[in-house]
Amino acid sequence: MKPAPKHVLGGALMLLGVAAPLLINPYELSLLGRFLALCILAMGIMLTWGEAGILSLGQGVFFGLGAYALAMHLKLAGLNLANGDMPDFMVWSGVSALPAFWYPFKNGCFALACVVLVPGGFAAGFSWLVFRRRVGGVYFALITQALALAFSTLLISQQSYTGGFNGLTNFTTLFGQDITTNSAARVIYWVTFILVVLVYFFLRWLLATRYGVMLRATRDGENRVRFLGHDAVPYKVLAFAIAGALAGIGGALFTLHSGVISPAAVGVVPSIEMVVWVAVGGRNILWGAIAGTLLVNFAKDQISSALPSLWLYALGALFILSVSFLPAGIAGLFHAGREENVVRRILRRRKLSTAE
Amino acid sequence: MAMKKFGFAAALLAGTILAGHTAAWADGTVKVGVLQSLSGTMAISEVPLEDAELLAIDQLNAKGGVLGKKIVPIVEDGASDPSTFAQKATKLIEEDKVVTVFGGWTSASRKAMLPVFQKFDNLLWYPVQFEGNECSPNIMYSGAQPNQQALPALAWAESKGYKKYFLLGSDYVYPRTANLILKKHIAHDGMTLSGEEYVPLGGTDFSSVIAEIQQAKPDIIINTLNGDSNVSFFKQMAAAGLTPDKLPVMSFSIAEPEAKAMGPSLLAGSYTSWNYFQSLPGAANAAFVSAYKAKYGAGSVVDDPMVHGYEDVMIWADAVKKAGSFNPTKVRDAAVTLGFVESPLGKVKFADNQSMVQTAYIGKLQPDGQFKIIWSSPGPITPQPYDPLTFPGKSCTIPH
Amino acid sequence: MNESAFLLGQVFNGFSVASLFILAALGLALSFGLMRVINMAHGEMLMLGGYLAYMTLQVVPGPFGILAALPVAFLGAALLGAVLELTVIHRLSARPLDTLLATWGVSLVLQQAARNLFGAIGVEVTAPTWMDHTVSVNSGFLAGMDLPDTRIFILLIAALVLGALAALLNKTRLGLYVRAVNQDRATAAAMGVNARLIDLLVFSLGTGVAGMAGVILALLGPVTPTVGQSYIVPAFLVVILGGLGSLVGTTIASIIVGLFTALIEIFVDVSVAQVLLLVFVILFIQIRPQGIITVRTRALEG
Repeated sequence: MKPAPKHVLGGALMLLGVAAPLLINPYELSLLGRFLALCILAMGIMLTWGEAGILSLGQGVFFGLGAYALAMHLKLAGLNLANGDMPDFMVWSGVSALPAFWYPFKNGCFALACVVLVPGGFAAGFSWLVFRRRVGGVYFALITQALALAFSTLLISQQSYTGGFNGLTNFTTLFGQDITTNSAARVIYWVTFILVVLVYFFLRWLLATRYGVMLRATRDGENRVRFLGHDAVPYKVLAFAIAGALAGIGGALFTLHSGVISPAAVGVVPSIEMVVWVAVGGRNILWGAIAGTLLVNFAKDQISSALPSLWLYALGALFILSVSFLPAGIAGLFHAGREENVVRRILRRRKLSTAE
Repeated sequence: MAMKKFGFAAALLAGTILAGHTAAWADGTVKVGVLQSLSGTMAISEVPLEDAELLAIDQLNAKGGVLGKKIVPIVEDGASDPSTFAQKATKLIEEDKVVTVFGGWTSASRKAMLPVFQKFDNLLWYPVQFEGNECSPNIMYSGAQPNQQALPALAWAESKGYKKYFLLGSDYVYPRTANLILKKHIAHDGMTLSGEEYVPLGGTDFSSVIAEIQQAKPDIIINTLNGDSNVSFFKQMAAAGLTPDKLPVMSFSIAEPEAKAMGPSLLAGSYTSWNYFQSLPGAANAAFVSAYKAKYGAGSVVDDPMVHGYEDVMIWADAVKKAGSFNPTKVRDAAVTLGFVESPLGKVKFADNQSMVQTAYIGKLQPDGQFKIIWSSPGPITPQPYDPLTFPGKSCTIPH
Repeated sequence: MNESAFLLGQVFNGFSVASLFILAALGLALSFGLMRVINMAHGEMLMLGGYLAYMTLQVVPGPFGILAALPVAFLGAALLGAVLELTVIHRLSARPLDTLLATWGVSLVLQQAARNLFGAIGVEVTAPTWMDHTVSVNSGFLAGMDLPDTRIFILLIAALVLGALAALLNKTRLGLYVRAVNQDRATAAAMGVNARLIDLLVFSLGTGVAGMAGVILALLGPVTPTVGQSYIVPAFLVVILGGLGSLVGTTIASIIVGLFTALIEIFVDVSVAQVLLLVFVILFIQIRPQGIITVRTRALEG
C-alpha cells in the first residue's frame, strides 16, 4: 500500500525532530526545546478550548505549579538537608529552617509525580467547584483570569517560601546528572520531543473515543447532553484536569530548558498569550496547536528585540484577526472540510437568540 | 592622532558608501551585548538605561574605540521576563560572541542571567541598586548595595531626630530584604518601628495603608514602593492631608524621571537617597548631562541607574585598556585594580568584591523636578554585599 | 485615633473603593446582560478617560478643569466604544469567548498606542486644590476620623451616575427598550424594538461611564498606558458576583467587594486579601451561581 502524503510528511517531521540536535546549534536547540515544552501545554488548551468549549485564561497557574514542583526539587538537589542547608533565598528572607512542605521535594520521584498530579488535581478540584454549579463560558474565563492574578500575587508575596518575584533559578543537577552541559541539553531536548509526540498520539486517541464524542457534544449543547440523561460535569472536569496536567509537564520541561521559573511566566498576560498560540494555530486541530505555538514564539523571538513596539501591535492584531476571520486558525486552512464546518457553525449562530 | 582623524574620515566615507562597513577600523570590531527590557512593564525604566549605555559606546567609538577596535553593541530585548533575559544572554554569548554584556534591572533578571554568565565565564555589568546578598565573579555590581543607599538614609534620618519609622514597600524582593536589614538597624540603634506594610506590585489602593499610617503616627515613612504605585500613594496621601511637609517620606525608588512624570508639585519636599543626582556639581557630570541631552532631547532627564549604566561602559573600556585584552577574566581583574576614576557620580572605583565604592547622597525634591542635595556621606562608602548585622558571618571575597 | 473610628474609617474606605468599582464595572455589566459579551478592552476605556482628563486640563486649567473633563471623557470613551462595537464586537457577538479574545487584542493595541502617543511613563493629573481638604471628626467616639474630600467627591459622582442610569433605565422609553431587549431579545425585536441600535447605545453608554471613571481614577492614581489593567480583574469579579445586567446587582456586588477588601486588609496583607477575594467569589457561586440579582438564569446558557 502506498503511504498517504500526510504520513510521509509526519514521518519526515518526526525524523527532523529526532535529528534536530545534530542539525542546529546549541542555542537554537534550547529555543526549540523550550517552545516544544510549551506545545505540550498548548495541546491541553486545544483539548479544553477547542474540543470542550472551556476557555481558560489561567493556564499559567497549572504551568507554574508543574514548573515550581520540579524547580523546588532542583533547588534542593545539591543541598544536604541533614546539615540544615537551605536554598539561598530563604536565608536572605530571614527563614530559620526549611519549611516542612519543601522536604518531600528532595525526592526526585516525588517531585516528578507532583509535576503531573498537583496541577492535574488542582485543575480538577477547581473546575469541579465551578462546573458543578453550572457556571461556565465567559464566567469561567474570567474566574480563571482572576486565579492567574491571585496565583502570581501569592507567589510574589510568599517570598520566603517561593523565592518571590525572583523565582527559582541556578539549577545544577537532576538525578545526580549535571544539567548545564550541552549533552544534558540534548537529552532534555529528546525527552521533550518524545513527550510531545506521546501527548499528541494520546490526545488523538482520546478524542477518537466515546469520551471525545461526549466532550464535543457537551461543547455544542451542554443542556441537550443533560436532557439526554448524561451528567456533563465529569467530562468537562476530566478534560480540564488533563489540560492542567499537560500544562504542568510543559512547565517542568520549560524550567529545565530555560533554567529559571518566576512569577513573570505564570501571570495574567502569559496565560492569555498561551491562548493566542492555539488561536493562531487552530483550536480544533491538534497539530495546529503545535504549529501555532512554534510560529508565534519564534516570531516573538525574532521581532521583539528589533521592533519591540511593533511586536505588541502585531500580537494584538494577531488576536483580533485570527479570532475574527480565521477561527479555525492556520491549520483550518489545510482542513477544508473542517474549516467549512466551523464557518457554517458560526454563520448559523450569527443571530443572537434567547432560545439558548 | 592623525591615525584617528584618518579613521574618522574613512569611517564617514565608508559609512556613506557601504553603510556600516567596518573596513575603516584597522583592527576590526568587538561586540558587546546591551540587554535591557525594551518591552513589558520594565521598559519604562530600562529603555533610558539602554540609551545611556549606547551613549557611552558612541562616545568611546568617537574617540577611536577600544584597543583600536570599534565597539559594536548588540541590543536585545529582555521583555521584562527573567527567562527571556536568560535566553537572550545565552544568545549574546553563544551566537553573537560578545565579550561582555551591560544590562539587567530587576533582581529577577540578574538572578536568571547569573547561571548563564557562570557557565560561559563571561562578565555582566549590572547598574541598579539592589538588596545585596550576592557575590559572583561573573558580575560587576555598580548599583548601590544596602549599605550605600538604605543605611545612609537611615543614618541621616536618625541624625535629624526621627525616632518612629514606618516601612512601606511593594511586595517583592528588594523592599522585603531592604526592610529586613533596616529593621535590624532600627532595633539596634534604639529606634521604634511603628509599622510595616507591603502592597502588590502595581497596587493602586492605599486607603487601608494610609489609615494604618494615621493610626501609627510615625515620624518618617521609608518608602520602597516601585513605579506607578508611588503615584497612587502620594496622591492618596495628599488627599488625606498628609503632604511630604507634614509627614516626611524617604523614597529609594523615585528618581528624576519618575518625579518628572508624577508631577513634582505632588512630591515636592519628599526625600530620596541615591548615589547620583542630576544636580550634582562637577565637570564630568555637566559633560555627561549635556551629551545626553544633545543626543536624546533637551527635555530629557537622567538618573542614578542610567549614570551607572554609562559609567559601567566607561570603566569596562578602561579595564580593557589596562588588561590589554577583551578576555572577561582579565578585564574583571583589571577593573578592580583601576583605582578611583572621575565620573559623573564623583570619584568611584570597583572594590575587590566587584561592587562599586561610591558616595551616598540625600536629595530633597524641588518644585522644578530636580533634587537639592542636602546631605552626603563623609566619603565614598565601601560596598558590603552582606550586611554584618543581619547576616553575620557572611562575606564576599572574589579571588583575583 | 480610637478603634471604632479606625473601623468606621475602613468602612468608609470600603465604600470609596466600591464607588470606583461601580463606575468601572457598570458598563461591563450592562453590555454583558444585553449581549453576553465581555469587553476585555474596558480597562482601556478607563485609561482613555485618564488621558482625556490630562488633555482637558491642558486646555482648561484651573480649579474646575476636572469637572470639564468628566463630560469630555464620557463622550470620548463613548465614541471609541461605539467604534469598537461596530467593528469588532458586533461581528463576533454570537461567539462570546471569541469576543473576549478579540477585545483583549484591542486592549493590547490601545495600550501600545497610548505608549507611543504619550510615552510609557505616564502623564501628570493632579487633583484641584479645592479637593485638598479633609473633613475631620474631632470629638465623640469617632474622634480622629478623617474623610478626604477627594473620596467624598468620588462617592458623590458614583451616586449621581447610578441615579442617572437608574432614571434612564426605569423612567424613559429608551430604558424600556433596553429592559425589553435584556429580557427577551426576539420578542422585543418582533415588537419593533431596534435591538441592534439598543446594543450599540448601551455599549457606548457603558464605555462612556468607564471614561468618567478614568477621570476619577486620575485623582487617586497614575495615568499610564496600563492603568486599566489594575482595575479590570476586580471589575470582572464584580460582574460575576452581581448577576446579569442589573444595576442593583452590580452596586451590591461592588459594595461587597469594596468592604470585603477594606475590612480583610485590617488582618492580612494586601496580597493575601486579593487571594481571599477570589476564594470568596468561588464560595459565593457555590451558594448563588446566578449572581446576586439576575434577570435570566445562568444555568441554561449554551
